[in-house]
Amino acid sequence: MDLAFTPEELAFREEVRAFIAANLPSELSEKVRTGHHLEKEDLRSWHQTLAAKGWLAPNWPVEHGGIDWSPTQKYIFDEECAKAGAPPLSPFGLSMVAPVIFTFGSDEQKAYHLPKIYSGEHFWCQGYSEPGSGSDLASLRTKAERDGDDYIVNGHKVWTTHAHFADWIFCLVRTDPDAKQQEGISFLLIDMKSPGITVRPIITIDEGHSINEVFLDNVRVPRSNLIGEENKGWTYAKFLLGHERTGIANVADSKVRIEKLKEIARAELTDGSPLITDSAFSRKIADTEVDLTALEMTNLRTLADESEGRAPGPEASMLKIRGAELTQRIDELLVEAVGYYANPYELPEHGRNEPAVGPDYADGILAHHLYMRATTIYGGSNEIQKNIIAKMVLGL
Amino acid sequence: MDFSFSTEQTLLKDSVVRFVQDEYDFDARRKLVTSDDGFSRDNWAKFAELGWLSMPLPEDYGGLGGSPVETMILMEAFGAGLVAEPYMPTVILGAGLVEAAGSEAQKQEILPAVAGGEMMLAFGFAEPQSRFNLADITTTAEASNGGYVLNGKKSVVFGAPSADKIIVSARAGGGQRDADGVSLFMLDADAAGLARRDYRTVDGLRAADLTLDGVKAGPEAVLGDLGGALGVIENVTDRAIAALCAEAVGAMQVLHDTTNEYLKTRKQFGVPIGKFQVLQHRMVDMFIELEQSRSMTYMVTLKLDEGEAERKKAASGAKAQIGKAGKFVGAQSVQLHGGMGMTDELKVGHFYKRLMMIDTMFGNTDHHLKRFAALTQ
Repeated sequence: MDLAFTPEELAFREEVRAFIAANLPSELSEKVRTGHHLEKEDLRSWHQTLAAKGWLAPNWPVEHGGIDWSPTQKYIFDEECAKAGAPPLSPFGLSMVAPVIFTFGSDEQKAYHLPKIYSGEHFWCQGYSEPGSGSDLASLRTKAERDGDDYIVNGHKVWTTHAHFADWIFCLVRTDPDAKQQEGISFLLIDMKSPGITVRPIITIDEGHSINEVFLDNVRVPRSNLIGEENKGWTYAKFLLGHERTGIANVADSKVRIEKLKEIARAELTDGSPLITDSAFSRKIADTEVDLTALEMTNLRTLADESEGRAPGPEASMLKIRGAELTQRIDELLVEAVGYYANPYELPEHGRNEPAVGPDYADGILAHHLYMRATTIYGGSNEIQKNIIAKMVLGL
Repeated sequence: MDFSFSTEQTLLKDSVVRFVQDEYDFDARRKLVTSDDGFSRDNWAKFAELGWLSMPLPEDYGGLGGSPVETMILMEAFGAGLVAEPYMPTVILGAGLVEAAGSEAQKQEILPAVAGGEMMLAFGFAEPQSRFNLADITTTAEASNGGYVLNGKKSVVFGAPSADKIIVSARAGGGQRDADGVSLFMLDADAAGLARRDYRTVDGLRAADLTLDGVKAGPEAVLGDLGGALGVIENVTDRAIAALCAEAVGAMQVLHDTTNEYLKTRKQFGVPIGKFQVLQHRMVDMFIELEQSRSMTYMVTLKLDEGEAERKKAASGAKAQIGKAGKFVGAQSVQLHGGMGMTDELKVGHFYKRLMMIDTMFGNTDHHLKRFAALTQ
């Protein structure tokens, strides 16, 4: 057992650091640091910077543009990106649909989609949840009926992040209404420009816009856009959920935000002394940091298993549960730390309060906190993740 | 011991609850908080007409002489509607300070005008460095030509954008956090040298940061004892804490009812999600936090007129409970509503935001636990 990085890994870290310093525009990292909702161009510019360097897709097979990084290198890369305030890459194409395509897709699908995802020409969104199907995803009702060489798709998807600027959507659709729930579902790739698709924005409680509803009204989709076999979509969806579980712990970002918390707690005063010297507050920071350190180690153990070919199983749900909890706890402490200056309203679309009403570091704290309430809801709520561990890991 | 309302109190409750139900539904409130004022002057006139502005004010000055229980009833109903009119800054804080510390002339000038709905007030007590310490004041008041000159900053002054007069705390002597030297000045909102930066707050209210740059105040602007106003400030903010706790209980009750109903109607896996035990227990925890908060609100409301030590202990105990409970009930209401809870169009998130800001107001849970500990050790 050894926790230290090798000299090669240390050299890699320096290389990553230098590259980010030279290539990440400060306006972009500032937008990320202050918790703004990112526009398509923000996401695309960093995506293309990494693509040009060949550092975009460490989880892809090398023949499709992937890189053969060790888990430690991936960890180092993620950590440096978070530290520098690099925008998180849009995962829907790169980390979600691409692995499904290169694992289960046809040669035509691979040849058409993977280069466009890699180049940043196509952005994707995910058509899973429906108004009546959230935690109970398998009850979804969007249906795809065969019509010659096409499917006709009708339904209503919701919570669709980035649908307002995505070029394609991958959808779970019902192709056999008579089969058992999970067995009648197919995985379909749909061009967002198809006639019959309407996107309606959903404004979230932070008053920002990233998520949407997507209505599909007699949308004609070529059968060649089906992934794998008809009615096997649930298998591909489960594969997708099992892919890249380690990023879900959000450790790198949480480490950055806990440092920001300490920086604010050093600047804020209480009875004339820095807030960080207040025993009640410093204890809360320490308690959170200890939990975060434990999560980081758990995450590293999972990475190490992965590098030895043991893909993380259902126990990886703990990374999502604890990662989301810590994300929210740190944000709650950030809100507490800024005191009355959590109050001034910030409107992301209009450049917020310019200049900030209170100290600059208070800008965006509350908006970020509000949006991060979603982390215990999306991608399988914490309650569902706990059910998974209880059933699949503990056998209860 | 008696926790029941009198006939008059029940009538008051019915009338304010009806107002919120009939004229302050969620859509109406959304329009108000994005309007220029952020509230309705028509509603304010109605509050005057219904006697709500005069409710806690003394009878000698156009008031109805209501007890803290009447204020609690009003504020709880306001909380259930997320009422945005500046009742707290004007009636509870502003008029409260004038009643507690004002001269006869000041009371005559201010209180009947507040009761009639003709005057709005605000109270600036926080500063960028003060956090929740009411005595941590760097704004200075220097004697000059028989009056005073004020210089400094006041942070996040609720109601200031619409106020006709703004009361500020300033230091006429003593060190930065000394009790001695704390003074109150009542300034015209358009006084020369008083600059305001107005903004909306996260919960849809209006506030301003104030810069005082050589603001001249005559001797008639001093409220209470020059250099000896801290006791009055603490008394009035403790009363405001009791009112704020009642508002929070009203808000939590709405979240409790809305979420409980959602658990009964939202179906997943073929059953209402309220059939899942983990969600049942969460809902029970929310219910208990709400009832504990209501209990603490009754307690502080009934102890406001006891001795200073009892009052402070009650206020800090209640505020610590309310801050903790409000954040828990708010966050879990969002969680149990799933994606819907994250949407701006559902009222749940708006109540959560108000409860978060209530935790900060007049000191958060940590601050009041510390104050409670100091008073009970």
